[in-house]
Amino acid sequence: MGSKLASDNSTYVSEDVQKAAKILVVGHFAVGKTTLIGTLSEIAPLRTEETMTQAGSHIDDLKGVRGKTTTTVAMDFGRLTLSEKLVLYIFGTPGQQRFLQVWEDMSRGALGALILVDPERLEESFPVIDLVEQYGLEYAIAVNQFDDHRQHPAEELREALDLLPHTPVVTCDARDRKSSANALITLVRYLLNRHP
Amino acid sequence: MTTPEEQEPVDTGLVRPYVITNGREPPEDDRFSMITLVTVSDEEPPRLLDPEMRKLWDLCSGGFLSVAEVAGHLRLPVGVVRVLLTDLAEQGRLITRAAPPPAELVDREILEEVLYGLQARFG
Repeated sequence: MGSKLASDNSTYVSEDVQKAAKILVVGHFAVGKTTLIGTLSEIAPLRTEETMTQAGSHIDDLKGVRGKTTTTVAMDFGRLTLSEKLVLYIFGTPGQQRFLQVWEDMSRGALGALILVDPERLEESFPVIDLVEQYGLEYAIAVNQFDDHRQHPAEELREALDLLPHTPVVTCDARDRKSSANALITLVRYLLNRHP
Repeated sequence: MTTPEEQEPVDTGLVRPYVITNGREPPEDDRFSMITLVTVSDEEPPRLLDPEMRKLWDLCSGGFLSVAEVAGHLRLPVGVVRVLLTDLAEQGRLITRAAPPPAELVDREILEEVLYGLQARFG
């Protein structure tokens, strides 16, 4: 199976990998999802497109689809090889309700979600949190805190976002590898606690 | 005001997806999740492949990639890639690995492995 080639080429998943896991990085536009994924990923982040069909009353034969319109949503993702046997994929997932159909696909089999929040635009994160909860995903909040911003105490944010007491809130800088990894580790540790 | 971050509708190129797939829909089941790892069997590629199938074959013959990575590298919608992979599977030319279990329950063992892996990598 071209094993020689694969082992020399970092494009491919290592030959021994048996398992793949998925974590979603969710947030509103321009909150830093792609930055965080790029910071952590071992491959240059890739982009996938999913086509969504939306029921519509008109007939659009030019698109070859009757009574439906299609929209395409692009998602960036990265990869982390975590052991000889396991790879983790982190998918940037849009937090808008209008991308619901994509969520069916993205949430299935996901371990959990890291919700990236911009403290200066908190209100834009409300629908994102709603969506994640709607799909029953466990999540942690990562506040993308650029150093030029004023500090936002975690308790203040927790209250503003109406979080449950056990939901982790962690501050991170999506440009920083260690800081981003720490946010992800916080999420996974929390997920483990939720699965006794 | 478009940043690379934004998920606005994108142009999928000159060929409409339904042309590539001859109008077929992606499989309904979970056979090809975003993170299912796929590669092609060792044999010679079939002759007379469509251009997209040829590109997919060339990419996948190098080793295992997730369905999402195949789509990303080929710049094809995931749905189209799923249709092409289904074709290869039906011809017995596809090898898959690490398809997630059908249950939606998260496996504690996987979580532990992910945690240890992240700590080892970034700790």
